Amino acid sequence: MTDRKADLIIIGGGPAGLAAAVSARKEGLRDILILERDTRLGGILNQCIHNGFGLHTFKEELTGPEYAARFIRQAEEEKIPYMLDTMVIDISFDPETGLKKVTAMNPGEGIFTIDAKAVILAMGCRERPRGALNIPGYRPAGIYSAGTAQYYVNIEGRMPGKKVVILGSGDIGLIMARRMTYEGAKVLCVAELQPYSGGLKRNIVQCLDDFDIPLLLSHTVVDIKGKERVEGVTIAEVDENRKPIPGTEVFYECDTLMLSCGLIPENELSNKLGVKMNPVTNGAFVNESLETSVPGVFACGNVLHVHDLVDYVSGEAATAGKNAAAYIRGEKNEEGAVINIKTENGVRYSVPSTVRTGNMPDTLTVRFRVGNEYRDTNLAVYLDGKQLMRLPKRVMAPGEMEQIILVKSKVTDIVSEAGTADHELVIRVED
Amino acid sequence: MIDVTIIGAGVIGSAIARELSRYDLDVLVLEKESDVCEGTSKANSGIVHSGYDAKPGTLKARFNVEGNKLIHELSKTLDFPFKENGSLVLALEEEGRKGIEELLERGKANGVPGLRILEKEELLGLEPNVSETAVCALYAPTGGIVCPFNMTIAFAENAADNGVMFRFDTKVNSIGKKTSDNGEAYYVLDTTGGSFETKTVINAAGVYSDVFHNMVSEDKIHINPRKGQYLLMDKAAGELVKSTLFQLPSKLGKGVLVTPTVHGNLMVGPTAEGIEDPEDTSTTSEGLDLLAQKGALSVKALPRLTITSFAGLRAHEDGGDFVIGEVKDSPGFIDAAGIESPGLTAAPAIGAYVAGIVKDILKASEKKEFISVRKGIPSMALATPEEREALIASDPSYAHVICRCELVTEGEIKNAINRTLGARTVDGIKRRTRAGMGRCQTGFCLARTIPLLAQALGVDEEQIRKSGKGAYYIEGKIKDNL
Amino acid sequence: MEKRELTCIRCPIGCHITVELENGEVKSITGNSCPRGEEYAASEVTHPVRCVTSLVRLKGGSRPVVSVKTKGDVPKEKMMDVVKALKDIELTAPVHIGDIAAENIAGTGVDVIVTSNDD
Repeated sequence: MTDRKADLIIIGGGPAGLAAAVSARKEGLRDILILERDTRLGGILNQCIHNGFGLHTFKEELTGPEYAARFIRQAEEEKIPYMLDTMVIDISFDPETGLKKVTAMNPGEGIFTIDAKAVILAMGCRERPRGALNIPGYRPAGIYSAGTAQYYVNIEGRMPGKKVVILGSGDIGLIMARRMTYEGAKVLCVAELQPYSGGLKRNIVQCLDDFDIPLLLSHTVVDIKGKERVEGVTIAEVDENRKPIPGTEVFYECDTLMLSCGLIPENELSNKLGVKMNPVTNGAFVNESLETSVPGVFACGNVLHVHDLVDYVSGEAATAGKNAAAYIRGEKNEEGAVINIKTENGVRYSVPSTVRTGNMPDTLTVRFRVGNEYRDTNLAVYLDGKQLMRLPKRVMAPGEMEQIILVKSKVTDIVSEAGTADHELVIRVED
Repeated sequence: MIDVTIIGAGVIGSAIARELSRYDLDVLVLEKESDVCEGTSKANSGIVHSGYDAKPGTLKARFNVEGNKLIHELSKTLDFPFKENGSLVLALEEEGRKGIEELLERGKANGVPGLRILEKEELLGLEPNVSETAVCALYAPTGGIVCPFNMTIAFAENAADNGVMFRFDTKVNSIGKKTSDNGEAYYVLDTTGGSFETKTVINAAGVYSDVFHNMVSEDKIHINPRKGQYLLMDKAAGELVKSTLFQLPSKLGKGVLVTPTVHGNLMVGPTAEGIEDPEDTSTTSEGLDLLAQKGALSVKALPRLTITSFAGLRAHEDGGDFVIGEVKDSPGFIDAAGIESPGLTAAPAIGAYVAGIVKDILKASEKKEFISVRKGIPSMALATPEEREALIASDPSYAHVICRCELVTEGEIKNAINRTLGARTVDGIKRRTRAGMGRCQTGFCLARTIPLLAQALGVDEEQIRKSGKGAYYIEGKIKDNL
Repeated sequence: MEKRELTCIRCPIGCHITVELENGEVKSITGNSCPRGEEYAASEVTHPVRCVTSLVRLKGGSRPVVSVKTKGDVPKEKMMDVVKALKDIELTAPVHIGDIAAENIAGTGVDVIVTSNDD
């Protein structure tokens, strides 16, 4: 077992890991290593060959591989070292030294450990499988999560089926409806359990409406037929409690059922490390620096909370990279007050969930999602009971991430008046 | 002329094959599916019962207690995962106490060691997450959990290593009774893979065992298949309980069990439903809801961490007991029929018993070169750091992770394909290595497993199946249909 | 008078816009809440266009296909013609982002370019 050292280990070479690495390097950090489990950098973007990426970051519309390539080029220009085909199998934290021991393996070097001053968790997320959705029926071939099907089509050039029903209107499901149609398959419909879609409006119009693929809101799959390969699925309408309404069943003859029913951050390593997790996001609790409960361990991208746009992932990751560099330089400011962010009345969570005013930048972006579709409401933000802002919102939906920007001077004004005790910032939906 | 033909490569057929492979006999196993362990054996509770449940004097009672002892030993010699975690039968109301006492007496009569009744305080001390409504429990320390796939596969591999032939995708259509020139009875099996002449037949056909029995006997039996559905939960829920928790049957009906699996998941099940179609392994929303509801009775809080659900069939014979032995009006035709719970536990004992019958009929002698030991597929997930180093040194592909949820490497998958009776399907790889058994349920690894399998078998990826004949994953290339 | 209903995709609000047309000319646009919505609706009902992203076969690469897109937008009704025209195209590795995979695809006057690198 070879033992090495590094200032910063970044776990994952997808959009989050790459942006974090580039940002840390721009902060002057030399000793960085990216560990990537796939055979190339870029992560899931490599299989997202559709366009719509980069409008915020590059002010132009790129495909996933093009967006990834820009960050890969930056990482290569910055000569940031990376290891491919490398799986991190364990991380531990030594409170005495503050070092994080990362254990990884790959076919070239076997198992090795690296002692790192800081770690950025950027492992991304996985898809919710059929079993977790409690869809009854047989278990034949032909049931794919949308991302698995996407890999097959876009990377391997092979068709996972010819006649497709999609359950779940998350963005990957919508995108796959169009992709499958373009590649010669027939997509019969997209069924969505909720009364609203979990995907972006743009995708509903351009991936479904353009091809006359019906979107069945408040519908779900209640049976899967076929013992060997899928032969069809039964779809029923659901009531307000999401329970199927008897008598509304319709059978769709198809050979494929694709599932796009939610993404789950992949935090198995974070759990091994003992990072405190938020049960709402399935990601870590982080502070304003995107630092987890374990000192010097940062998180960004979909491992932290599932994002809707990769541009936001890149921005968040750049913040994590910058803060990791500051941590390694020893610039920790534990002074100032701690503000706990509480979300309620429709706001499900926030990232970050705590803010130390001593480490707060001049403006701090707080991202969150709402739990329902809201029309003509307000986002209200209170700090220690005082209203900090009130933003009228035409529409908010669970599929789209929301954000507020906290201005440090306004925050510190209120906080310093109240003294040094813990403070509470509340974000809520109001009429 | 084959000496012995076994119909069915489930745990019973495989255990019998393994015991028969001790003797100088030509043994053939015919299996209608593409792999061993494709029927009842693949979808059950994976419990090694201690033996208090069956009525004293029944075959179930006898083979359960014997089988339990054998599995303790065999798990070491044949290298399959087994853990003696102990089991508890919970009385969830005061009226249940009498039932618990009856079970204790029954268990003693069956010769089950170590049984005793735990009162509430001791019960909660042992299992803090057991429901507060539990009054008392029967504790069976010899109860265990086993990997039903790898137990079956271990029996079959060891049998094959000792010369037993396995033919898959071969369905027996009919059995003809014949008499040879010298007056000895023999059988002709007409199958989808040709016809076989055999001196003896062993009927280990699970839910179809009545069909084959009735082809040769006037003394008819009848299997009434029963469906059992299960919920399998994430390993994050696996430490909720240490023991297997049964519920004492009560006015609320037959209970369900809540148990850790030998691999560290949590499992809830089974339902018990009479069905018509002996291939009906579909789950139902009513069944899955019922499991969540009933499972919640045993513990303080049942986590909502289901990663998959499945259903299996039990070969329930109308008489209620196993049907084992030579058929009276068909010499040389031996039943191992009606094997439902505790069939998995009983399998090695049934194997030894049935092999003994055949040995006497054919007056077979023991092989000198019998290989009694079988080595399983190494597991990087379970290996010590030193073992991991050694595996990677032997083949660097043991450092190439294919299934990230269960930490299964390319080396393990190649081993599963290339060994005796190696995997030919994705499900075959999954059962042998656990690739795809984890929380993402093949989401990531499927696209990596299929190419490995295609490469090893020398076929195109389009030819790779999940399990059954038509279970293909890939339907051509992009734009073929444009 | 023809009436067309559409959902604006310019921002997450997703306004339901109604466009009234006469002889193919826009007479009125209602339901939008900003000028971007009006612009979207006008172009969407008169000459809707899309960027098409797809795959072509690749010889000698690390993978059997490579991703491509139309370099500019093509008329919406030409989307399927574009992907059909890509069916018989096969590139040979190495390929790089921006390489032209096909010129004037399906007579649209728009080229198709490679969007992934494969050395």
